[in-house]
Amino acid sequence: MAKVSMTVNGKAASAEVEGRTLLVSFLREELGLTGTHVGCDTSQCGACVVHVDGKAVKSCTMLALEAEGAEVATIEGQAEPDGTLNTIQAAFREHHGLQCGFCTPGMVMSAAALLKDNPKPSEQDVREYLEGNLCRCTGYHNIVKSIMAASGQDVSALAAE
Amino acid sequence: MPKDSGIGASPKRREDVRFLTGNGNYTDDINAHGQAYVHFLRSDLAHGKINGIDTAAAEAMPGVVRIFTAADFEAVGGVPCGWQITDRHGEVMQEPKHPILAEGKVRHVGEAIAAVVADSPEQARDAAEAIELDIEELPAVIDMKAAVADSSVKVHDDLTSNLCFDWGFVEENREAVEQAFQDAAHVTTLELINNRLIANPMEPRVAIGEYNRSSDDSTLYTTSQNPHVIRLLMGAFVLGIPEHKLRVVAPDVGGGFGTKIFHYAEEAFCTFAAKACNRAIKWTSSRSEAFMSDAHGRDHVSKIELALDADNNFTAVRTDTYANMGAYLSTFAPAVPTWLHGILMAGNYKTPLVYVNVKAVFTNTVPVDAYRGAGRPEATFQLERVVDKAARELGVDPIALRRQNFITEFPYATPVAVEYDTGDYNATMDKLEEIADLSGFATRRAASEAKGKIRGLGVNCYIEACGIAPSNLVGQLGARAGLYESATVRVNATGGLVVMTGSHSHGQGHETAFPQVIAEMIGIDESMIEIVHGDTAKVPMGMGTYGSRSLAVGGSAMVKATEKIIAKAKKIAAHLMEAADADIELKDGQFSVAGTDKSVAWGDVTLAAYVPHNYPLEDIEPGLEETAFYDPSNFTYPSGAYACEVEVDPDTGKVSIERFSAADDFGNIVNPMIVDGQVHGGIGQGIGQALLEGCVYDENGQLLSASFMDYAMPRADDLPFYAVDHSCQTPCTHNPLGVKGCGEAGAIGSPPAVVNAVVDALQSAGKNVTHIDMPLSPGRVWAAMNG
Repeated sequence: MAKVSMTVNGKAASAEVEGRTLLVSFLREELGLTGTHVGCDTSQCGACVVHVDGKAVKSCTMLALEAEGAEVATIEGQAEPDGTLNTIQAAFREHHGLQCGFCTPGMVMSAAALLKDNPKPSEQDVREYLEGNLCRCTGYHNIVKSIMAASGQDVSALAAE
Repeated sequence: MPKDSGIGASPKRREDVRFLTGNGNYTDDINAHGQAYVHFLRSDLAHGKINGIDTAAAEAMPGVVRIFTAADFEAVGGVPCGWQITDRHGEVMQEPKHPILAEGKVRHVGEAIAAVVADSPEQARDAAEAIELDIEELPAVIDMKAAVADSSVKVHDDLTSNLCFDWGFVEENREAVEQAFQDAAHVTTLELINNRLIANPMEPRVAIGEYNRSSDDSTLYTTSQNPHVIRLLMGAFVLGIPEHKLRVVAPDVGGGFGTKIFHYAEEAFCTFAAKACNRAIKWTSSRSEAFMSDAHGRDHVSKIELALDADNNFTAVRTDTYANMGAYLSTFAPAVPTWLHGILMAGNYKTPLVYVNVKAVFTNTVPVDAYRGAGRPEATFQLERVVDKAARELGVDPIALRRQNFITEFPYATPVAVEYDTGDYNATMDKLEEIADLSGFATRRAASEAKGKIRGLGVNCYIEACGIAPSNLVGQLGARAGLYESATVRVNATGGLVVMTGSHSHGQGHETAFPQVIAEMIGIDESMIEIVHGDTAKVPMGMGTYGSRSLAVGGSAMVKATEKIIAKAKKIAAHLMEAADADIELKDGQFSVAGTDKSVAWGDVTLAAYVPHNYPLEDIEPGLEETAFYDPSNFTYPSGAYACEVEVDPDTGKVSIERFSAADDFGNIVNPMIVDGQVHGGIGQGIGQALLEGCVYDENGQLLSASFMDYAMPRADDLPFYAVDHSCQTPCTHNPLGVKGCGEAGAIGSPPAVVNAVVDALQSAGKNVTHIDMPLSPGRVWAAMNG
């Protein structure tokens, strides 16, 4: 066991963990931040995407100890303190970009990373960026639309509502 | 102006806020005080004789609480099957025992052999690796036709063969169908495979068992589409726990698609072991386990024949299908290739004679059961492919051939036992031609050709049977359950309502859509209505969500209960206004006396019901809570027409979906936004089946497609935007909302459109290709083009 310390959603967090403890397990089990999900064991599905020092990371692919000293952001820290949804979250709600909600935290965190680097992505940019995020409910239609809308683009002309 | 509330409006979903902020409550987010963790040691052989399981070393490992094997389950039942088929010879199906942990033999890769309970998941996994197994490998049988040969290895030694049943429908028509084929002017024949799929909801299965020693109550938290069904199956048939001592909770569930309908051994294990260990026991499936323990879907090998007369009228359809059951019968497995498949073989057509033969076969593979559409995609794929092939053979337009044979008068009794209540197949085809801009196809084909691609257009229609089902009918057909739904509507003193529904929402948005219905009925704000589901301790009874039944059956129960509420509330209002019951009208949340200006508000009446100071106590009881059960009198029959345009790369065989359009008739619609989303998701899965997804076993029964690196899930860049329309609406005539169900349509209607489009593309390029089996991977398409 070793002690690990990091900042999660702006708050200091530390715990004793095994060397093999994954960052996602640390978030879910130690900190109770269960919004970050585990949908696979091969780093394919992206339900566990969080930001580590501003970069999108699959938290099932990183050991908790590797995040020593890092700034970690999870889905729980995305809305305003009063509960107001951020632009991406609000766009997902407005455009029905989620159904069962399981992939959603990873989608929102990936979308945030995309829009940081590419503030006005094309449809193809969005689809290619989401290569590492699987959704089984939406056929991706409304997810792509939500992300384009969150970037401030007019999505009303995209294929039928 | 679109409405902003009530039926037909698209209010934003209330469940979204918790999911978007990480506040969902999925089963794996739940932790019981002092819980232990179980890890299942699973078979890596498809077939083998268990000679010994040595757990001594494992039991000495750190943190191990107890290790279970089959010997610990001698006093409990096996996992039950919920449907019994009687075959064409009058024999009931062969039904092998499905043990909680493997007994004597292992019969598929992934079958649980032993279960290690430990203080941490890591300790459980470490100890499982220390168990010494002595298993003698036996030859496995994977191919269905090989499995039914006399010389085949048997999956179950105590059965007479690997044939579960040999079903014929309608058996009395067998000879008449044969005669029709002899008399036909043209016969089109097609052999095809409906590829085996793995449902893969993004949330893997989880089960947590708890036992309360002081009350002798058991609780199971599980990722289920129907907690009451699990309570009944597990309580009555496996563990012998009466329903009043067993609570099953299915909280937020991360997608189901059928594979979370069934009762699984892991649920029974956790419930059983919690009592045996006097500790809560948690199991969280890894995705790798999910691939080899969740029930798979589809896996039919079929031959379909279509007979036509000299005027191109369909005169008969005949199909022969081998349906894979896997190694054991999962909950609904026998119903899928039979009643959910055979009754759809008339499709949208007035074919007078149909005969369906299905041989269900045991193999050394994971059990196969319902996956989104369940039997109806298999029926639709056969029919819509063979009709397309017939049109090409006859040199007629595929759409015209379909239109010529459409059923146009309703109600319509098919030759396969069901009566379609409503539909307008020409209307959906007209709408499809419009939204898909079929008249512009030639231009788009030329544009594709100019950039070196081959463009194809595929069109098809579909019909499905949803809203399962009349209990007396399914009882005759072998169901071991009723398929009604229940709802309790509880009105509180201050006017708010709680609806306890037996339907379960795992992405469908019931918490938003169901209140729209009640708000419309009473004339109050949707925010006054709360939906409770997924907990047998809170909801009196329920049959759950599958087969696109939630609104058609569960919603109807809710409407019936609300009608009872309104009837009682009118009596209270009549008393308050000193008027006759019959004169009371309810509009916009106000009760008024017809022809007068007297009125009382909804809230006045609900308060009076709970504070009955001025109340007709001699006539009616205080309180305002009603329960209704709704048992449908028929299936519902959503229908539609789909079009797909593909581009095929002639150098690589890669297919890309360029346009996809869907015109559906779902009857009345409560929330168009949610309906669109359901269709999008269904199409995504249907395109996935057609182009990408395929479960692959090798000849030894090793599952080769056992991770997301090997099983091609559709990703965002594999799929286009879809054009969807549901403005053609022929309301269902036999449920109070006139709704038909929309959850499965996309997955049913889209695979034939994709394959028809690829065949069209290749034929347009002069290739003599009449069929390619799904998934249409680049390799298969390239081989077909160059074969």
